[in-house]
Amino acid sequence: MEEKPNLTYIDNLAGDDQDFKAKFITIIKEEFPQEVNTYVEHIKSDEPRAAAEIVHKLKHKFNILSMEKAYRFSVDYEEELRRGNMKMNADFLNILQSITSYLKTI
Amino acid sequence: MNCIIIDDEATARAVVTQLCSRIPDLDVIDEFSGAMEAIKFLNKHTVDLIFLDIHMPGFTGFDFVETLKNPPKIVMTTSDTNFAITAYEYEAIVDYLVKPITEERFEKAIQKVKKSLTEQPKLGAREETDAGLDQDLYINIDRRLIKLKFKEIQLIEAKGDYIEIKTDNENYRVHNTLKKIKEKLPEKTFLQIHRSYIINFTKIIDIEDNSVLIAKNVVPISRSNRPELMRRLNLL
Repeated sequence: MEEKPNLTYIDNLAGDDQDFKAKFITIIKEEFPQEVNTYVEHIKSDEPRAAAEIVHKLKHKFNILSMEKAYRFSVDYEEELRRGNMKMNADFLNILQSITSYLKTI
Repeated sequence: MNCIIIDDEATARAVVTQLCSRIPDLDVIDEFSGAMEAIKFLNKHTVDLIFLDIHMPGFTGFDFVETLKNPPKIVMTTSDTNFAITAYEYEAIVDYLVKPITEERFEKAIQKVKKSLTEQPKLGAREETDAGLDQDLYINIDRRLIKLKFKEIQLIEAKGDYIEIKTDNENYRVHNTLKKIKEKLPEKTFLQIHRSYIINFTKIIDIEDNSVLIAKNVVPISRSNRPELMRRLNLL
C-alpha cells in the first residue's frame, strides 16, 4: 500500500486559522499512538471484536489524513474482526506505521 | 444558537468545533468524550443542538437519544453510512453527517437545523393543548354529542370498525378509528402502546413485563411501542 498521509483536509478546514491546525496536530499526535497501543494490545490478547472498535476509530483518522485506500481497507478489516478474523493485521500495521512515521515529521 | 459535541475521539471533536466556528451564530458551549457526562450536563443546561457520534464505547449515540426526554435538535456524526435509516426514525435527529465532514455539507446541516427550529412554534401550539387536561372531546353516540373530559379517559381500545372509550365513570362505543381519535388527544397525556390501545399516561397504576394496568384493565404493550413508553417514565 503506497498511499501517504497528508494534511490536505485539515489545511482546507483551517484556512488561515493556523492555531486550529497546530491544535489539531497536537491532538492527533497524542491520540493516535494511544489508539495504536490499544489496538496492538487487543490483537495480542486475541480480542478481535475489541480490536474492531479501535479500527473503527482509527479509520476516521485515515480519512482525515486523506488516506482513502487505507480507509476502505479498514472498513473491510473492521468487518473481518467482528467475525473474529485477524488475518489482515499485518497490512493494517503497515498503515499504522506509515502514519506514525508521518506524524513525526509534522 | 448553542450546541454541544459528543464524540469519544478528540480529533473528531476538534474538527466539529472548527466547523462550528465558521458559523456566525453558533456557539459550542461544551464538548464531551462520553454520553454519561453529556447526560449530566443536559440535566442542568439547555442546548439547541447536539452533534452526536453514533459509535461510542458502552453507550451508543442512539442509546443516548433514547434517554433524552425532550431532546434538542441532533445532528449525528459518524464514519458509518449504515445507520442513516435508523437515525431518521428519531424525530430529534435532523441530519446525518458522514466523517470526514466537509464544510459545505456541514453548512447544509446547519441550515436544516435552523429550518427545523423555526418550525418549532407549530409544535409548541400543540403542546399548549397538551397541557390543557381540562379540555373536552365530544363524541357522537346515537346522534347525541357527549362531552368527555380528557382527564376522565382511561384508555381507548380499537374493536373492528369501532373504538371503545373507557372513562372513570362509563364506557362508550363509537364508530370511529384509533388513528382519528389519536389526532384529537393531547400527545403528552395519551400514548399508543399497542396497535389496538391508546392509554392515558396519567392513569397507569403499574407496569409489568409487557402489560400496563390502567384502573382494572390490563393493557398489552407492543414491542415497538415499549421504548417510547419507557422513555416517558420518570424512573427512579
